Amino acid sequence: MVVRAEALLQKIQKEEEEKLLSIQVPKTIDVAIDAGNLLACDSNPIDTKQLRSDKENYLKNLAREGTQLLFNEIWKLPIERVQDAVIAKVPAPTTVIPREKPIPKAKPPTKWEEYAKLKGIRKLKKGRMVWDDESKSWKPRWGYKRANDDTKEWVLEVPANADPNEDQFEKKLKEKKERVAKNELQRLRNVARRTGKKVPGVGRTAVGQEKQSKLELEAAFHVSKQATASLGRFQETLKGEKNVKKRGQKRKFEAVTQKCNTEKEKQLSILNQMYKKSPQLNLTKAVNKEIQDGQVKNPKAGKRKNTKPAKSKAGGKRPTRGKR
Amino acid sequence: MENEIVKPRSQRHRRVLKARAPKIHENDKKTMFVRGGNTSDVVTNVLKEMYMLKKPDALLLRKRNIARPFEDQTTLEFLSKMNDCALFMFGSHSKKRPNNLVLGRFFDNQTLDMMEVGVDVFQSLREVKTSKCPLATKPCLVFSGSLFESDDELRKVKNILIDFFRGPVVENIRLSGLEHVMQFTAEEGKIFLRSYRVLLKKSGSRTPRVEIENMGPNLDLTIRRTHFASDDLFKKACKQPRAAKPRKVKNISSDVFGAKKGRIHMTSQDLKNLQLRKVKALKRKPDASSGKSPKKKPKI
Repeated sequence: MVVRAEALLQKIQKEEEEKLLSIQVPKTIDVAIDAGNLLACDSNPIDTKQLRSDKENYLKNLAREGTQLLFNEIWKLPIERVQDAVIAKVPAPTTVIPREKPIPKAKPPTKWEEYAKLKGIRKLKKGRMVWDDESKSWKPRWGYKRANDDTKEWVLEVPANADPNEDQFEKKLKEKKERVAKNELQRLRNVARRTGKKVPGVGRTAVGQEKQSKLELEAAFHVSKQATASLGRFQETLKGEKNVKKRGQKRKFEAVTQKCNTEKEKQLSILNQMYKKSPQLNLTKAVNKEIQDGQVKNPKAGKRKNTKPAKSKAGGKRPTRGKR
Repeated sequence: MENEIVKPRSQRHRRVLKARAPKIHENDKKTMFVRGGNTSDVVTNVLKEMYMLKKPDALLLRKRNIARPFEDQTTLEFLSKMNDCALFMFGSHSKKRPNNLVLGRFFDNQTLDMMEVGVDVFQSLREVKTSKCPLATKPCLVFSGSLFESDDELRKVKNILIDFFRGPVVENIRLSGLEHVMQFTAEEGKIFLRSYRVLLKKSGSRTPRVEIENMGPNLDLTIRRTHFASDDLFKKACKQPRAAKPRKVKNISSDVFGAKKGRIHMTSQDLKNLQLRKVKALKRKPDASSGKSPKKKPKI
């Protein structure tokens, strides 16, 4: 009986010892562990004989050993308890992994930001709602159902110095478009200053205008030279540039005293045009007007091939398309 | 620069552009799974299973994309830019390269690394009939074999595999959530990918005994071609911004008992003329013995 008891005790002791040793994993070369990436790199050579004979079990053993060593490291980390869960605070990963995008560059201030800094102007946070006297309620400062909505005005006063036939509503829309375009240009300029690259230009320096003929380039150059506040008077001339004062078409005025015949012929031709029963048609002007009106009405329809009016090669009278 | 020129058309657009812009602390890398012109059953299933493993930071593209990654990378670069995915797995099948998979990554919409593997044996999750771990569990990675350290090519391959499978980088992990283990074993020209589920058993100490069970998917891969980035491009990609580096906390330490201690640096003080609280009793009175009377201001 005593012998059996001893044997039993020994057996139990052995099991307890085994349990205590069970988290130890003997390895010839230490396994490198990166707790930040939950990574264990076992650089011990593989036993190819075992791999060929009993692959799955061998791989499973290797994996178990690697995982055990990794978990041993993780269980050494500082622990927190958050809502029934035990959380370990993991260090930063040590393996160098490349980023997906480059490091962001510090943004240089825009022209306005520089000026504001110089003058000490601070940004004031404006509230969303504004008191609207008309409706006696709080309305958003911008957006849907805003207070003081400019676009909803149905009456616009014609100022004293304006042309009575001018459409004030269209004028307003045009001005808004111009302001938006100016703002966009300035934003692009800020981007160009920031990145040091060129920006798609406007007008003669626009993208697509790069392959210009010599004459076009010359014209563009002279226009840009004049585009200063003093209309190019104080711009330096480049080496080899001929400094021509006036550019463009000169207005030609006829001499005060002319030959009697030429003056007579001119006056008669004017009279003839005035007495003609049917009006004379300036074909190019009419066609261009049609195209423009068509584009204003339906900007996408103009892209279709058939809507463009055919230009006739034979000149002369042609009836207009229909009454407008 | 293009991101800056594009003017956001709505608040939502602005938020998307902001999310995709380069940052100091980057987003988790997204993966795209692309099917080539011709794919086999095996390849399609591998792509699907890998996609499931990598959800939610993954995209399985529905259409086929006829592309040859090793010849022309423009198609994949375009797709990565549109979908904002830095990692990709491209599957195709041909007579010359059966069951082909190309794993790769991008930096700044340029191809960084690519590796081409052939699938010899594939056991899907469904074939291995054991219980699985929940979706989107961060896996533990185990690399076995000396070839991963000794062979140059395999060392870079290891980096790609870590990048691909590691999942989001986290600061805290729930100890009971460490359920998934992915093991990569390198033999001559081959890689064995095994996936296990972790079972924690009691051990004598606080640290549990680890038992694992094969869960699937299991892949036997043969390495075919590789394309690695030039050294300087790789260096540029690995550069970390200064702001991301952990700030050194100075003058704070803790003693053996865990008490927090701080250090203060003082300028040299003249102990005789310290600025203390005013105590009238300590006020210097004028000397009576010298005979001098306190100066009085003349009254005007």
